Amino acid sequence: MKKIPMPHGHHQIGGRGRRFRTYMSRYWTLYAMLALPLAYFTIFKYVPMTYIQIAFKKYSIVLSPWKMSLADNKGWQYFIQAFQNRDFLYALRNTVMLNLLDLVIGFPAPIIFALILNEMPFRRLKRFTQTVAYMPHFLSWIIIAGLALQLFAPNTGLVNVWLGKIGIGPIPFLNESKSWVATYILLGVWQSVGWNSIIYLAAITGINPTLYEAADIDGAGRMQKIRYITIPGIMNTIVVLLILNLGRILGSEFDRPFALRNALVNNVSNVISTFVYSAGIRGLQFSLTTAVGLFQSFVCVIFLLLSDAAAKRSGERGIV
Amino acid sequence: MKVASRSHQRGNIVLVLICVLTIFLCLFPMLHIAARSLSSSTALIRNEVTFWPKGWNLNAYRLVLRDSRYTISLVWTAFITVIGTCLSLVMTTLCAYPLVFDKLKGRKLINTFIIFTMYFNAGTIPMYLLLKDLGMLNKPLVLIIPYCLSVFNMIIMRSFFYTIPESLRESAEIDGAGPVTVLVRIYLPLSMPVIATLALFYAVGRWNGFSDALLFMNDRRYYPIQLLLYNIINAISSIETATQEGFSPPGLDETLKAATIMFATVPILVVYPFLQKYFITGVTLGAIKE
Repeated sequence: MKKIPMPHGHHQIGGRGRRFRTYMSRYWTLYAMLALPLAYFTIFKYVPMTYIQIAFKKYSIVLSPWKMSLADNKGWQYFIQAFQNRDFLYALRNTVMLNLLDLVIGFPAPIIFALILNEMPFRRLKRFTQTVAYMPHFLSWIIIAGLALQLFAPNTGLVNVWLGKIGIGPIPFLNESKSWVATYILLGVWQSVGWNSIIYLAAITGINPTLYEAADIDGAGRMQKIRYITIPGIMNTIVVLLILNLGRILGSEFDRPFALRNALVNNVSNVISTFVYSAGIRGLQFSLTTAVGLFQSFVCVIFLLLSDAAAKRSGERGIV
Repeated sequence: MKVASRSHQRGNIVLVLICVLTIFLCLFPMLHIAARSLSSSTALIRNEVTFWPKGWNLNAYRLVLRDSRYTISLVWTAFITVIGTCLSLVMTTLCAYPLVFDKLKGRKLINTFIIFTMYFNAGTIPMYLLLKDLGMLNKPLVLIIPYCLSVFNMIIMRSFFYTIPESLRESAEIDGAGPVTVLVRIYLPLSMPVIATLALFYAVGRWNGFSDALLFMNDRRYYPIQLLLYNIINAISSIETATQEGFSPPGLDETLKAATIMFATVPILVVYPFLQKYFITGVTLGAIKE
């Protein structure tokens, strides 16, 4: 740190109070700027946390959460009820299942895509591929669901028409549980693979090029260079993103399952967020669904802390 | 040596094929929908449309533009996108900039206060009840204010601010510039790339947003385009109107859906290639957290 000479020597004379006043007279604008964002966080992030009590209380439309009376079983009634609720148990199972599949299939995909793009020798084609591959990330799930419904319709969808021409019978992409899950996961890959590869591509750019030159001299092939230089070079990034993703194993997005679900596949498409929507906001079971939401947030934080600790133990930087 | 280079070339051919396949997979759904939206309904029923419109016509677009529900929703969504994005950018700057000063007393505390909300949130129902108690449910403002500041985007902006040399700020301060002057004269002009990135992120979020409307907005007058599109794709309202207004040739519904999808998509597709060079910086910075 460089020491800046103060023109009037404020810091030398006067006591603490005076120094504080000088400090504030110079920097009060910073606090004034922060006022609005901090008010935002207080009102829209912290005040809702006081409503969490509803999970432990008998909900009443007229009382404030502070005045509602405690629910049965020392307040745990709704948690017990949730774990006896078949719809919730299905939603919990589906959330874990879909997120795990997303992790197993969706997580490595952008890494592989980044490695492929990085090897691509023709710059123009590489850039164009990138631009096009980022595009799906900007489409809403409603739009993607719209595209999917038209393309994958059992008899009239273009994909099934083509499949029919090469002798493969119509695949019920979105109308049958197993194929729905596969379609759900693959559409997720389609939507995010290009976008998520950006971070890995940036990490690859950061690798010291002399390593590759040295490998060339040693006669290493393409695969060897990927294996011994590129992948170790982006390992830190991979671990950090893996942690973030592990932390989300019980998190649930709303748009994707909501947009893609239909009555035929309810047994696999109902996840925690859609359960909260239908039981809470449509079904008005506020205490039950607040309990479910709290359970979800709680488990998410635990997972995040655990995987972060694991990452730190294995010598990586971690995130928290 | 010769063998190695030949396998290298074979590898390149595979890479090119992968790229071409990727381009095809990403572009063809959009091209197909565009072709459907411009085709005649009879051609659609006969499954004749692939990439090029058959029985070229603009009927679907004419219908969409004549139906006030669509046009009002389009204008309203454009409005909340513009207003929401401006508000978000202001809020993000107001939040990120003061946190760059290490002299700011209580900075650590404020930081923790903000970051904590990233890891733990109260959930959907508490948010719903809060908005209900605030009297914001079903009010237009509910689509603009509750999610106007994203911590993640704030971190991106702050990381970018950190890359601006501190000496620049210090020398301006010696010349008597206060924090606001420094922000307006030095930080903002230097931060155009990150501002463009965040503007895109926020704008796309608003334009694509529908769950906040689904949860907090029952008033059909204020449905954003995505929610309207959802209803149309799931044939809730389109069959209704088709029978009401007496036009229901089969297949027309399908061109209508395709045209609506185009309306909801094209604005983004037009904007994003221009901003691509910026947002790569943004995403990369977002990965580097403290």
